[in-house]
Amino acid sequence: MKRSKSFFSIFSYVFLILGLAIVAVPLWYMISTAFKPQTMVFELPPQLWPNPSTFQNFIKAMTTDNFGLYFWNSTKVAVTATLLTVLVSSMLAFAFARLNFPFKEPLFYLLLVGMMVPPVMLIIPQFVISHWLKLYNTLWGLILVYVTMNISMQTFLLRGVFEDIPRDLEEAAMIDGSSPMTIFTKIVLPLSGPGLAVVVINSFLYSWEEYAWANVNIGDSVKRTLPIGIALFQTAHLTEWGQVFAASLVALIPVVIIFIAFQRYFVQGISTTGIKG
Amino acid sequence: MQVKKSRNQILPAIIFLLPGFALFFVFFLGPLLYSLRISFFNWNFVHNNLSVFVGFKNYITELKDPIFHRAVINTAVYTAITVSVKMVLGFFVAVLLNQKLRGRTFFRVAYYLPVITSWVIVSLLFTYMFSGQGGLVNYFLKNVLHVINTDIMWLADPILALVPVVLVDIWKGVGWTVVIFLAGLQSIPVELVEAAAVDGANRWQRLVKIILPNMRGTLVFLLVVLILGGLNAYVPFQLITHGDPMDQTHSILTLMYRATFERLDFGSGAAISYLLTLFVFLLSFVQLKLLRKPAGE
Repeated sequence: MKRSKSFFSIFSYVFLILGLAIVAVPLWYMISTAFKPQTMVFELPPQLWPNPSTFQNFIKAMTTDNFGLYFWNSTKVAVTATLLTVLVSSMLAFAFARLNFPFKEPLFYLLLVGMMVPPVMLIIPQFVISHWLKLYNTLWGLILVYVTMNISMQTFLLRGVFEDIPRDLEEAAMIDGSSPMTIFTKIVLPLSGPGLAVVVINSFLYSWEEYAWANVNIGDSVKRTLPIGIALFQTAHLTEWGQVFAASLVALIPVVIIFIAFQRYFVQGISTTGIKG
Repeated sequence: MQVKKSRNQILPAIIFLLPGFALFFVFFLGPLLYSLRISFFNWNFVHNNLSVFVGFKNYITELKDPIFHRAVINTAVYTAITVSVKMVLGFFVAVLLNQKLRGRTFFRVAYYLPVITSWVIVSLLFTYMFSGQGGLVNYFLKNVLHVINTDIMWLADPILALVPVVLVDIWKGVGWTVVIFLAGLQSIPVELVEAAAVDGANRWQRLVKIILPNMRGTLVFLLVVLILGGLNAYVPFQLITHGDPMDQTHSILTLMYRATFERLDFGSGAAISYLLTLFVFLLSFVQLKLLRKPAGE
């Protein structure tokens, strides 16, 4: 018994470290390439760290090639879309978890259809509608679509979270004459921190990295978001991988910050949001 | 009490539902139905009213088109491989990480890094690593493992071009399945597994008899989400293969993109997306049935 246990943990480590290497090699290659001068981009054998290494790719990407501007556009889009997603889907979830109204079940299932239809499938009609509503070539066109594509899933998650909050609290408040709005802002939201954190992570990551819709809806180069900027830069400068990955690394900074800040809630959030064995 | 309350909740309900459903109708349900309409027309994007109704012609043309067949096969193979590998590897890693192990959190965070790296970035990264000349993968195969003699032109071959697309999905996706499986594993009561161990069940028996049956919900959830994601693969195909060579490496959705925004044939694009939507609905329906089946849970 004892021996089989230690054998298993040695096996576990070997396997996990092997997996770690597979995860790490591409990431390391991306980071080291970002510091390579252009002449070394295809140089083999690969060096653990480029010698000579340079910061030039970062400086050039952020200044001459407009990635600074794309970064700012992405920030505006992702922050606004995230705030709106949290607001709109928590309101929806509150209604479905706590209020009584006609057609509640059918409306909820209608909303869930949004989880089954993937965003890319809708870009044609959204493109047409975006022209009608004068949202073509605007960042609002991105924001509103991102919020819409996120609300079904996030409402579903939050409804589960809200339903787990004990009702006694609200019933006490209700007797005191509180309105649903007060119950929502004073009781339900403050008690749903981890659930809301998951919504923040999901919608921020989605809006920060979305490519298909942004590629279609944005024509003007000064309105591009980072994913579009990076992809188009690569198409235009086929071999300037150093700059592509310098821009990519800068694009990853907010994502890593969000991930580290909310990491604790993240795992907790998954286990409290209804995905149970 | 309950009845008395329900009356005066209609107004608040409208207030809470309005913003969400307004967006949902304008940017989701409206477009979904509108797309169905477009798919029956030879759509004129500039002058919508000049569009000509063509019935099922767009659908029939696509269903007969060998490029569409190829895209369907590519998407199906991609989905089958990536979903099964991610399920098996993800489960395996989750079981390993579910023990009391030094550095557990570190491994968990490290495996999750590819998940948070954006699709655009990882797709370009794999394009770079699979470069025909000077690429890291060819170097590894040729100079380290010595299994090939000449550089492989990955992206010039209609079959080999799919290798980086499949690998990038697996590389990026395993971390997510690990986290979901871990959440599932942790929801199994410890006493249940310990009791089985006391009764003399070995590691394997505990896995098959106790752990797997208790993970049914997690397994079905993952299957649904991963298959859906696979069928809708877009960015890696678009950025790694662009459908080249000779339109042999499209996924269904990159073909839709090409029909719509390169050939400006909106009707055919909409027909392709509807064919996929129908299939996805059918599949989701079957999967929901599967999920509901055990009434006692």
